[in-house]
Amino acid sequence: MNVHATTNHTPAERALIDQFETSLPGLPGDATVAARRTRAFDTLRKGLPTRKVEAWHYTDLRRLLASVPSPDAKAGAAALAPLLEGSTILSVANGKAAPLADHIEGVALTTMRDRLMAGEAVDGLQPATADDAVGALNSAFVSDGFRLSVAAGAVIDRPIEFQNLQAGGQSHARFAVSVGAGARATIVERQTGSGEALVSSVSEIDVGDDAEITWLIVQEQPDTVTQLGQINATIGKNAKLTVFFMNTGGKLVRQELRIVAAGEGCEFKLRGVNLLAGSTHCDVTMVLDHDAYGATSTETVRNVITDRAHGVFQGQIRVDREAQKTDAKMACNTLLLSDEGQFSTKPELEIFADDVACGHGATVTEIERQHLFYLMARGVPEKLARGLLVKAFVAEVIEELDDDAVVEALVAKLDAWFVEHG
Amino acid sequence: MLEIRNLHARIADDGTEIIRGLNLTVKAGEVAAIMGPNGSGKSTLSYVLAGRDDYEVTEGEILYNGESILEMDPAERAAAGIFLAFQYPMEIPGVATMEFLKVAMNSQRKARGEPELKIPEFIKTVRAGAESLGIDMAMLKRPLNVGFSGGEKKRAEILQMKLLEPKLCVLDETDSGLDIDALRIVADGVNALRAPDRAMVVITHYQRLLDYIVPDTVHVLSRGQVVKSGDKTLAAELEKSGYAGVIGEAA
Repeated sequence: MNVHATTNHTPAERALIDQFETSLPGLPGDATVAARRTRAFDTLRKGLPTRKVEAWHYTDLRRLLASVPSPDAKAGAAALAPLLEGSTILSVANGKAAPLADHIEGVALTTMRDRLMAGEAVDGLQPATADDAVGALNSAFVSDGFRLSVAAGAVIDRPIEFQNLQAGGQSHARFAVSVGAGARATIVERQTGSGEALVSSVSEIDVGDDAEITWLIVQEQPDTVTQLGQINATIGKNAKLTVFFMNTGGKLVRQELRIVAAGEGCEFKLRGVNLLAGSTHCDVTMVLDHDAYGATSTETVRNVITDRAHGVFQGQIRVDREAQKTDAKMACNTLLLSDEGQFSTKPELEIFADDVACGHGATVTEIERQHLFYLMARGVPEKLARGLLVKAFVAEVIEELDDDAVVEALVAKLDAWFVEHG
Repeated sequence: MLEIRNLHARIADDGTEIIRGLNLTVKAGEVAAIMGPNGSGKSTLSYVLAGRDDYEVTEGEILYNGESILEMDPAERAAAGIFLAFQYPMEIPGVATMEFLKVAMNSQRKARGEPELKIPEFIKTVRAGAESLGIDMAMLKRPLNVGFSGGEKKRAEILQMKLLEPKLCVLDETDSGLDIDALRIVADGVNALRAPDRAMVVITHYQRLLDYIVPDTVHVLSRGQVVKSGDKTLAAELEKSGYAGVIGEAA
């Protein structure tokens, strides 16, 4: 990693080093896996990334990660009711996958622990890049999770919900989904729990040609949790991937998206909502590679910032010289509701093809006064009118997801947040 | 019902005085037309009545049923029964029209100490109102005024007026942007709301609207003052000789 060589480790860094030494013998996997873990952890041994590392410019992990709780093997967490009714739940509690209850037609399912024990899943056990601290941490400590393989042409009617739950301590989980050609599925990823915790969660998704996948990430950790999430996706020819995320909690949150539009004519949609209150620091960082001809991508992120919260969106789009006719549009809009809240946004376009349409826009605004006047002129009291307008600002993004059950479930989450923070 | 005395109002931002000593009295049951050339202060008057904070009242008084409304915010004025039909209704993305209607109706009911409407009752009321104005229910599922045509926006304004049952209706250039068919529908909607206990202030630039909404009184506004008042024949006179003639005569 592009780090300062220092022996002056922070307490959090020291704790991680100690914990790695102690945990390694008990972590699943053979000697090869252990060697991979050690190599991945070596990139962290020198220190966590600081703001001098470009990808961590707005989230100085070394400074912000004040302490690391010890792993708590006894902590348990009960499975939640699913976001979408009728979902198949695959739950991980404090880094341990629950036994599989259901067989899902068209899906082959294994736990990550079994894969690691069998010496599989080795390839993924490394940071993607030199500055990939989330990947490194997760590779070093991952204990369980799930791997799904969706058969070609399968249409999975019931949504599949991954629950990554913790009840204090640490949780390092991994969810891998490989989607066969032409298959369809909706996958929900829940990140929540209680207590003080360090959570890392890495998802890998390989979307086969002509497949259509919707992946919804709902992060509602309490304000005592450091949540480090990552989703790595590769999209095949004419395939469609929609990723939606909603961050409503956490103390220190980093959600990374590493997306490769690998197949001709594929489509990537990112829709995201950050509802940030208290002193949450929440960073969403996307790197999108357009590697193939004629792919389209749109990203819309809406943020509501109140109290002393700090939100970050970094969106990098790289268009390869082979990726002619790329159509990429990125927008990040923020409503600042308090004087002490802040939002940092950094769009980056790197374009090596000459026949593309790429655009980005970022706005930071307050509530439109004329809209407020209109609602009040109809008798809606100011506080309620403000609430309606703020909600509308984010609801717009949710309503773009053209599945009524999904929209309804997410709007209910939105309502709950506004009841608490409105 | 409405009594405006020596009202002076200016733009809050730059202090430009727009209303300069305006006097007007409108009784319950009366339809008062306010006419005047561009820049005479017609729209400002409507905003000042509704309580928009871009304008400051520097002098004078607005009495509604004998009580001053100057200290009330727009929501309180609305709950008290004052309604402004906007010349340019605001487009509000993300707020479904039905949801907005429900919140507005229930907010006003709450302010008056009445219970909230039950959903079936609400839907029935809206459906009946929409039907009478030729509004498709599908339109009300869309975000408020977003993508509505000019005529649809004006009809939506009248629907809101009908549902909220205000006592003092201020219609700001309700005829602007309407073709003759839409104008007729909107005017019928307004006429249906005429009642002995309800007053209307109809602001318009042209006499055309007054063929459909026949006023009891007509007041000519110029440079922020009412310079001439009369009955409906005054509107016809304005049509014939233009504002210049009438205002010149008053000045």
